[in-house]
Amino acid sequence: MRLLLPLIAVLALTLIAYAGVSGAGMNYLFGVFIPYAAFLIFLIGFIRRVVQWGRSPVPFRIPATCGQEKSLPWVKRNRFDNPFTTGEVIIRMLLEVFLFRSLFRNTKVDLREGPILRYGSAKWLWLGALAFHYSFLTILVRHLRFFTEPIPFFVKWAETLDGILQVGVPAFYQTDMVILAAVAYLFLRRVFVPQLRYISLANDYFPLFLILAIALSGILMRYFFKTNIVGVKELTMGLVTFSPKIPEGIGVIFYIHLFLVSTLFAYFPFSKLMHLGGVFLSPTRNLANNNRAVRHINPWNYPVKVHTYEEYEDEFREHMKEAGLPVEKE
Amino acid sequence: MYDGGKIITGLVVFVGLVTFPLWSNVGKAAKKPDPKIDTPVIQQLAEKKCIEPKAFMQAEHMKILNDWRDSVVRDGNKLYVSSSGKTFNMSLQNECMNCHSNKKQFCDECHNYTDVKPYCWTCHIEPKEKEKVAWASIEENS
Repeated sequence: MRLLLPLIAVLALTLIAYAGVSGAGMNYLFGVFIPYAAFLIFLIGFIRRVVQWGRSPVPFRIPATCGQEKSLPWVKRNRFDNPFTTGEVIIRMLLEVFLFRSLFRNTKVDLREGPILRYGSAKWLWLGALAFHYSFLTILVRHLRFFTEPIPFFVKWAETLDGILQVGVPAFYQTDMVILAAVAYLFLRRVFVPQLRYISLANDYFPLFLILAIALSGILMRYFFKTNIVGVKELTMGLVTFSPKIPEGIGVIFYIHLFLVSTLFAYFPFSKLMHLGGVFLSPTRNLANNNRAVRHINPWNYPVKVHTYEEYEDEFREHMKEAGLPVEKE
Repeated sequence: MYDGGKIITGLVVFVGLVTFPLWSNVGKAAKKPDPKIDTPVIQQLAEKKCIEPKAFMQAEHMKILNDWRDSVVRDGNKLYVSSSGKTFNMSLQNECMNCHSNKKQFCDECHNYTDVKPYCWTCHIEPKEKEKVAWASIEENS
């Protein structure tokens, strides 16, 4: 059910776009209104989420430490796995954001007969994640050719590099294949590894199916069904210049692709995909491990009302004397 | 907000990045491509029709050219029979460019607009158009 429901949801979304455009002819709704709404939800939702995170106090340094912390001078320390200064934290964050260092550290355990418990390194998740994210980034940059005129140099570079094999026409992009393979891997490991299947939820499968559907619809549109690409760019340029219009002759496959992308954008701030912003705000990564050197004051500390002994004695001095209790001040 | 300065800086960078298409296009009128089909050869045609219907050519011209290349170079088959039963030479230079001699106003219009870089002209010689002819004649005269 956790797997089936998201699959049905993505298929339903595809059908909605198909029926809406092909059947009901609601091109303006699917081509203009929904993309705008989705982008707004994405932008506002993203900011709201990050501000929410920002308002949570982090009273204590809680970095996940993966190496020897700064200690006595003769103890060799690990700078980037247990950073002490801001500079070291920045390098640690760069390694995390660009190279997924924490996934590289992934291990697996298995229990053999004997019984023998074995630990081993497992790099496949790291490799799959890296392939997936970098393909997605390249695809995103490539798509800027529909949103800019004239097209900036880095978009042209991305396209040239991506199609450098010059296989077929329209030129085959490697990332199209890599992203399909990577998403398939990321999905199949959740299905075939029992421990992962156990912890996988509908909101793990849904983004995977959605991204798979987006990639497939894009690939179908580019290489097989073909659509009026000049019309598509007129539509997208209309969107970004706030003069939306719906050119004639754009195939329904484009609207399906656009609707699925809009869904992804609108869903983004409420999902686990927010790790895009979250990776920068994880207190287990972005804090220096300097608890022993720097005093961190709990931000929600308020002035505590105290009643000192001096005040107590001032208040009850007479009664104390009457009862024969010793007092400090006469 | 805790560490507000850093977080807000990050958010501003993020918003700047994702709205790049919005602000980078401000004040630029997006010009719609307008491929011209008014070359002298086309104007003299009795029946102004390409080898296949227009919609098909728009979507599949690159595939046709690719198939033609394979067919001519690998199989030596140089004749194309269209869906209407007519026969054409499989030749970019002698068939396509014979009518569409205006590469700049025909091919490049849409290709530049959508940033498509066909590698036809890494082997084929680009047709000499007005500008280039003018340069050549200047060189000849000097």
